[in-house]
Amino acid sequence: MEISYYPGCSLKTSAINFERTALSTLEELGIYALELPRWNCCGVMFSQSADNLMLQLAPARVIMEARETGRKRLLTLCSMCYNTLKRSLLFFKRNGEKLKKINAFLKLEERDFSAEGVEVIHLLTLLSELDTSNFKMKIKKIKSNLKVASYYGCLLTRPREIALDGVENPQIMEKLLEIAGFQTVNYPFKTDCCASFQVVNRRNVVKKQIRKIVTSAVRNGAEIFALSCPLCEYNLDSVQQELAQEDETFTPIPVLYISQLLSLALGQDPKLNDFSLHRIDPRPLFKEKGLL
Amino acid sequence: MAINLSREIVHSLEREKIKEIGNTNFYLCYQCGNCSAGCPCAEEMDILPHRAVRLAQLGQFSRLIESKAIWVCAACITCSVRCPRGVDIAGFMEACRQIVLRTRKVDHLSPVELDAQLLKELPQIALINNFRKFTG
Amino acid sequence: MSEKNLMQKIADSNKSVISGVDDLDIELWIKIYFLGREYRVPAGLTIMQALEYAGYFLTRSCGCRAGFCGACSTVYRIKGEYKLQFAMACQAEAMDGMYLVQLPFAPAEKRVYSLDHEEYSANTLLKYYPEIARCLSCNTCTKSCPQGIEVMDYINAALRGDYKQVAELSFDCIQCGLCAIRCPADIVHYNVAQLARRLYGKYGMPQVKNLNERATEIEEGVYQGEFDHLVALSNDELKKLYVEQQKNKEVY
Repeated sequence: MEISYYPGCSLKTSAINFERTALSTLEELGIYALELPRWNCCGVMFSQSADNLMLQLAPARVIMEARETGRKRLLTLCSMCYNTLKRSLLFFKRNGEKLKKINAFLKLEERDFSAEGVEVIHLLTLLSELDTSNFKMKIKKIKSNLKVASYYGCLLTRPREIALDGVENPQIMEKLLEIAGFQTVNYPFKTDCCASFQVVNRRNVVKKQIRKIVTSAVRNGAEIFALSCPLCEYNLDSVQQELAQEDETFTPIPVLYISQLLSLALGQDPKLNDFSLHRIDPRPLFKEKGLL
Repeated sequence: MAINLSREIVHSLEREKIKEIGNTNFYLCYQCGNCSAGCPCAEEMDILPHRAVRLAQLGQFSRLIESKAIWVCAACITCSVRCPRGVDIAGFMEACRQIVLRTRKVDHLSPVELDAQLLKELPQIALINNFRKFTG
Repeated sequence: MSEKNLMQKIADSNKSVISGVDDLDIELWIKIYFLGREYRVPAGLTIMQALEYAGYFLTRSCGCRAGFCGACSTVYRIKGEYKLQFAMACQAEAMDGMYLVQLPFAPAEKRVYSLDHEEYSANTLLKYYPEIARCLSCNTCTKSCPQGIEVMDYINAALRGDYKQVAELSFDCIQCGLCAIRCPADIVHYNVAQLARRLYGKYGMPQVKNLNERATEIEEGVYQGEFDHLVALSNDELKKLYVEQQKNKEVY
């Protein structure tokens, strides 16, 4: 099966190992993700200023590119891209008037923008649609007792209209991890915000959130985080490192993209993972658990 | 602080502007405080989200735009999802920020003054998102 | 003849002296509007020639006159149309009903960097030009580029640290500044592209063996004797040498 794929900026830089492991995991399961031939930044966050259509141009362009491929589904890996594109699509489906305005603006570029015929889908949804038995068969590593805390953050489940699972207690990541032979832990902050972009100028807000999230996950037995957002990854990874330097009692745990764990379970080349991109090295833990 | 509830202030233009930009009817709020209870950034806020909404209902716009709260919000949408009255508080916060950025023409932060080391290590999405929220 | 008409006649005859064009020979005329004033100029001239025909002596907004230097950025609208358009005055033809103004300078900020001490990593462009993260993908830059460069696409490539893409897409840039003037996100595109090209040239591009060898030869002074010889020549000798050399280049 072929599917259009929109990477997004961070998937080509800080989260390149997310892209590599996700695409190779999909390939193993028979899905070929074809990157859009031309793409721009999606705008990262769905614009909340309802009156400023300028902010809708970026996602609109991505949707246009996706439509032009002729394939219906557009795959995203990054939670932020998923949220922005899906909400934007919904926005234009509901606001015909605004869609007309965008088309008038794009007239000179001779492009036709429509919200029909495209569907934005996240990696997690795509994986959970697959035949479970086929997935299980391909798992090569013996059952691992690695305890994984799924961290959803904000944008996979909020707002409700684009949520890929339950808003307050999503299970989609846990299910996938269990199929792949990992143990999952339950903790109350899996959909709490990591304070996101505040890391640029208010790191203290992020620090407080990360401490709360990590402490809770560790108390519930977590040994590693699994997530799908490059910004959550950066925040959890870099801030944990900082907290550990300041406070000896704080236990940092590695932070990985979910596809990295799936790729390992499928027995793929660990090089795809490029562990050097992580500040908290997960390799000692993986060796201990027999995953490396 | 004394609150001026003159007709002119209560019916200020900004009230309607927030409604339009944020695309949400915040008059529906009945002050249950669910938004403030779930807000991950509430501790850092000088005015809690439900109180910010109340101030807007009363047209106390100058208090709102001077507040730190509107900039501490991380737009995580937890408040909007949990609001029993369906108010999009995250949208409301964005509207407040936008009004400041649009009318004052001064950015909340200057991209070029950020630490070079930080700029080198942050994922792109952190910067793009931040600048979209804090610069006009 | 009133004094005003006399002055007009003197001005007109001056014009043909300056431009070397006799008005009587011209069949087709067009009207252009420069800084709000109407001028009747011969059809078929470039915008720059038309302005000079109209009597302007250009000391700014003109440079190489060959479409390379980027000094003569011009903004115009055609009477009856709504689109704001962009061109290089030395390249584009003046058209009837053109309202135009030249842009002698684009206020732009160029950051200070040292290529030798810079890391070739994905975020280096963001370190010097963080404002590229403000890009809205509105494509106004691309629409305003007189060189037809896909400016928005290279800014997006810059954002994700794709140096090769930036270098290739921006190669024809002449740094006229029109993109930077139009950008709603206040980006100075061409300076970003310049840094990207420099970094790509130094760290990303495959090295060419012959070029490196020649550069080493020059550094080692292999050609120093020849060079000293040329510097010592008189103007006349130089001219003679040049003509001969050009002759040798001709293909028969």
